Amino acid sequence: MTTVLRVRNLTKQYNNLTAVNRISFEIKEGEIVSLLGPNGAGKTTTIQMLLALVSPTSGDIEIFGKNLKEHREELLSLMNFTGPYSLLPYNLTPKEGLTVFALLYGVRDYKERAKSLLDEFGLAGLANKKIGQLSSGEHMRLGVAKAFVNNPRLLLLDEPTASLDPAIAQGLRAKILKRVQESSGAVLWTSHNMREIEKVSDRIVFLSRGQIIADATPKTLKKRFGQEDLEDIFITIAQNPTSKSL
Amino acid sequence: MNLLHILGIFYRNIVIIRRSIPKLFSLFGFITVELFLWGFITLWVETVAPADGNYDFMLLILSAFIFWSMFDLSQRSFGVSFLEEVWSRNIINLFASPVKVSELILGFALIGVAQVLLAFFYVTPLAFLLYTLKIWDLGLYIIPFFVNILVFGWVLGVVTIGLVVRFGPSADILAFFIPFLLLPFSAVYYPISVFPPLLQKLTFVLPTRHMFEGMRIAITEGIVPLHNVFWASVLNLICVLLGFLFLYWMLRLARTKGYLSRLVQD
Repeated sequence: MTTVLRVRNLTKQYNNLTAVNRISFEIKEGEIVSLLGPNGAGKTTTIQMLLALVSPTSGDIEIFGKNLKEHREELLSLMNFTGPYSLLPYNLTPKEGLTVFALLYGVRDYKERAKSLLDEFGLAGLANKKIGQLSSGEHMRLGVAKAFVNNPRLLLLDEPTASLDPAIAQGLRAKILKRVQESSGAVLWTSHNMREIEKVSDRIVFLSRGQIIADATPKTLKKRFGQEDLEDIFITIAQNPTSKSL
Repeated sequence: MNLLHILGIFYRNIVIIRRSIPKLFSLFGFITVELFLWGFITLWVETVAPADGNYDFMLLILSAFIFWSMFDLSQRSFGVSFLEEVWSRNIINLFASPVKVSELILGFALIGVAQVLLAFFYVTPLAFLLYTLKIWDLGLYIIPFFVNILVFGWVLGVVTIGLVVRFGPSADILAFFIPFLLLPFSAVYYPISVFPPLLQKLTFVLPTRHMFEGMRIAITEGIVPLHNVFWASVLNLICVLLGFLFLYWMLRLARTKGYLSRLVQD
């Protein structure tokens, strides 16, 4: 399988604070990897470095074998993301917003793409309502629809179902998984919903205080920690953030 | 350069301008109110000026007002287009997209051109109706000054973006304030000869001084003051270069220090 994302010795230092400390991991084609960790573990900083919003202090990010720093625009056109820190423009309608993003990602049939995404994510009835008037769940769905606007080969999903009720969250997860299977794309997924993580992940990367302290399949992690529930593992790590023996 | 990216920036801004009454008012409303203000001032100046004076005050003052307004709008539309992304917390989406900085700037510049042309073709017939101002009589030689005005407005817009990136959304006031800082020193409504000698030397570096001084000479003497065109253009080119270097420096700093994510948090 092709390696979609390769992160090597990635470090980000802000003055005296090391937000991310020499982390290395890979994501292969068709793989869904979850990036977990307590608040302040360095997940958002890692994602922001993968999106070229933050420059690493040291280390390398390679996407499809190309260095992100040297091929920024080319690689960003193959990626997309959604996250709670980036809202879509409140003064546009979903139809206009998706059209704008289709254009920004260089999609030639931008009008058709916007329309098909509205249909696919159940937003056609809201197409002409202002984004600012959408509920947080509708906004979240629109954010995920935007993340698919360029049919990305690498998708970064930061809490994509955080504001959704269980039924809609399940539907959205199914859509994401179907899309990923069809495109054989790769996904880096973060969430605080451990049941969701267990359902979607091929592999889990645990971060704590900027360092990777575990990188394994959910099954292996459970065995290694001797716990049946991923949430218990999360709590154990959160309570013992510096323990390397984990 | 990807034209779809530029179209995306342009389309996003046109959509919100088209249906926002406050934005339409900022485009047409302020300039209308100011036209009344400067028109009445000029009418009064004409009554107290010597009857045998050679100056067409209406043409001098109102054309200066119109061209300054175009400069102000050129800068403001540029800065506000960027701020719109900050205010709507869309800025991270924009910087995480494959849009290059040069495409972003070109998109904003196109929005600026569209807004300036709309305002210009609105205010000039209005000035004719109200004060019989025939700005078209200035002729084609005004074009180099007009282009320089637009370009310098963009340069200040680029600097505004750099400052917002560096200091966060609280620096948004600069988008509306920067041109005002230059107004007294740009010889917009009076010749540079009224400046003290030292200020005459210091203001030489301002492209706006050469633009407006040159336009005044063109109006009063009916000739193209080539040396003003030359200095306005040369200084403008230097400012374009410095403006872009400043923006790239600020963006690099923002990526190193993590200021971009702060743009949606402040």
